[in-house]
Amino acid sequence: MSEPLIEVKNLKKYFPIRGGILQRTIGYVKAVDGVTFTINKGETLSLVGESGCGKSTVGRTIIRLYDKTDGEVFYKSIPIHNLKKNELRKLRPKMQLVFQDPFSSLNPRLRVGDAIGEALLDHGLISRNELRDKVIETMEICGLAPYHVDRYPHEFSGGQRQRIGIARALILDPEFIVLDEPVSSLDVSIQAQIINLLMDLQQQKGLTYLFISHDLSVVEHISTRVAVMYLGNIVEMASRDELFDHPLHPYTQALLSAVPIPDPDLKRERIILEGDIPSPANPPKGCKFHTRCPLAKDICREQVPEYKDVGGGHFVACHLV
Amino acid sequence: MAKNLVEFRNLKTFFYTEEGVVKAVNDVSFSIREGETVCVVGESGCGKSVTALSLMRLIQSPPGKIVGGEIIFDGRDILKLSDAEMRRIRGNEIGMIFQEPMTSLNPVLTIGEQIMEPLMVHKLMTKKEAWNKAIELIKQVGIPRAEQIMTSYPHELSGGMRQRIMIAIALSCDPKLLIADEPTTALDVTIQAQILDLLRKIKQERNMALMLITHDLGIVAEIADYVVVMYAGKVIEEAPVRELFKNSKHPYTRGLLKAKPIIGQRQERLYTIPGQVPNPIGLGDYCYFSDRCEYAMDICHQKIPQLISDENGHKVACWLYEGEWKK
Ligand SMILES: Nc1ncnc2c1ncn2[C@@H]1O[C@H](COP(=O)(O)OP(=O)(O)OP(=O)(O)O)[C@@H](O)[C@H]1O
Ligand SMILES: Nc1ncnc2c1ncn2[C@@H]1O[C@H](COP(=O)(O)OP(=O)(O)OP(=O)(O)O)[C@@H](O)[C@H]1O
Ligand code: SF4
Ligand code: SF4
Ligand SMILES: [Mg+2]
Ligand SMILES: [Mg+2]
Repeated sequence: MSEPLIEVKNLKKYFPIRGGILQRTIGYVKAVDGVTFTINKGETLSLVGESGCGKSTVGRTIIRLYDKTDGEVFYKSIPIHNLKKNELRKLRPKMQLVFQDPFSSLNPRLRVGDAIGEALLDHGLISRNELRDKVIETMEICGLAPYHVDRYPHEFSGGQRQRIGIARALILDPEFIVLDEPVSSLDVSIQAQIINLLMDLQQQKGLTYLFISHDLSVVEHISTRVAVMYLGNIVEMASRDELFDHPLHPYTQALLSAVPIPDPDLKRERIILEGDIPSPANPPKGCKFHTRCPLAKDICREQVPEYKDVGGGHFVACHLV
Repeated sequence: MAKNLVEFRNLKTFFYTEEGVVKAVNDVSFSIREGETVCVVGESGCGKSVTALSLMRLIQSPPGKIVGGEIIFDGRDILKLSDAEMRRIRGNEIGMIFQEPMTSLNPVLTIGEQIMEPLMVHKLMTKKEAWNKAIELIKQVGIPRAEQIMTSYPHELSGGMRQRIMIAIALSCDPKLLIADEPTTALDVTIQAQILDLLRKIKQERNMALMLITHDLGIVAEIADYVVVMYAGKVIEEAPVRELFKNSKHPYTRGLLKAKPIIGQRQERLYTIPGQVPNPIGLGDYCYFSDRCEYAMDICHQKIPQLISDENGHKVACWLYEGEWKK
């Protein structure tokens, strides 16, 4: 077992909901409501779950793009949320984020080559003379042609912009990257290239990833371990093989049954989730999944199921397991 | 057989940039029948969105321009309509879900205002009627606390919620054609399954045609009647969905099908098509896939292959099938 690079303990992130003329806080969106996990050096932990369940917020809070509400995050045993601004700044290049929405993260007036090289220069990690070569080299690694270097973001297609985002992170030579839906807007052949690239870089440089994705077939391919989130909590976490071969939580089972398979002749039994999708501002009591769970019992409406290890590092939170 | 609702005829949409002309859509022809679901797939940057935006007449000019061809929608040549006529079609007869929901929602208007506006403009609803219809639409796309969402601003919603709001807006006026540009990329699979079910249901109820742009071949297999594959601004293969998956012809299409990871089939490494898409500026007379194709022959480097059809209407643009199939 290798050493942990990131340790997250009971992390919470609440966003205030404001209302009234005075814009007073009238409640909280409990985007992340107590999650605990570690990411070992060199592994890929994937985070999957419904839109709005808090995946991006976890990713951003563990590298302190958001301040936490409660809990702890350690990077190599350093408590990130206790660092001073300048100490954090020194760590920044080591922890990178590739954004979900490539367009809004790029400055429309900045040439792509400058956008990719910007942070490297900012952190004083390279001289101006060397910059252009380094940028072009990184672009080529990410499947962007050198002639793209002087173009502006709007001149690129969605998929090309996503590769710009990856190049911006990679150029800083990070140790840990939060990949927030990095391949979801890429077509299949580039997706395969980027995934192979990410996996090669991981092997060569011992990179550690938190991989956020909706695409379970990609997650199955890239992950060492997988955590399934629902409404601010992790409901199941296990090694890749264990999670895909023996999913225990009813939500994980529904998720896996809904993955579309590229074969028009194959019609599978779907577990369709009925019922209202609850809001993170006012989550259901007991098991948060009970409003949609096909197996819900009385106890589920009252008691929060314990998140426990059922053997071999397979964690699950469900009364029936 | 249902009649054609949309016909792209030799459409050419170019962008005039500092570096040169980008032939984003270069002589594209295909049709969408009434009530039919046509999926458009292909490499990033191959011209899928520009094809859809040309139909909506939303190509930014300059730098873009539709330089040739026709787009027939329901008997009318879209490219010849006045701006006023086009506005009536947009959002009323054709609904569109854009690829980047954050950039297509107005950040300073509430979600409610944005859903209600087209209902009041196109369907002449009163404010009250539009409010109720908007709540119904938000619930239909599976978002909880609809009343609260009505008064929220786009930045207060997650990516997937914004995408579903776009779907609600596009469906609000009962369009004859819905163009959906990557409508489910930000959604997890259970919601995606719900949205696809919703689209299927609405299609059946209203006989709505669907032009779906996606890179997810799983979704294509599930929802398409017909598939159009594009590469570097051209259609390189098209066929009914089953035929395309079981009997693909073009080396690029075959590569795509091989590169897709499939759940339950673990492999060490994903198959990739070597190389990259060519620079769209200054493409010459050759098969644009030739520098990546393992079957490339001399002729592939000398002449552009034309789209040819077999007796069942399966079309491919590749020299491997020349002679075997007729023009
Ligand atoms: N800056 C913010 N202010 C207020 N609420 C927020 C903010 N960012 C996120 N939220 C809320 O927190 C919850 C979790 O959002 P988050 O973006 O982490 O979800 P996600 O799992 O990444 O979803 P998606 O798959 O759609 O990207 C959502 O209910 C969202 O509306
Ligand atoms: N405003 C513009 N100026 C210059 N070039 C443009 C512009 N908009 C699009 N292009 C170019 O047109 C081509 C087609 O772009 P389009 O957005 O249609 O791709 P796409 O097939 O939708 O790709 P993706 O799957 O990545 O969304 C690309 O080469 C792109 O760089
Ligand atoms: S605890 Fe109950 S409601 Fe929650 S997942 Fe298990 S069975 Fe379903
Ligand atoms: S025309 Fe030639 S290069 Fe192009 S796809 Fe066919 S065999 Fe390959
Ligand atoms: Mg997110
Ligand atoms: Mg596009």
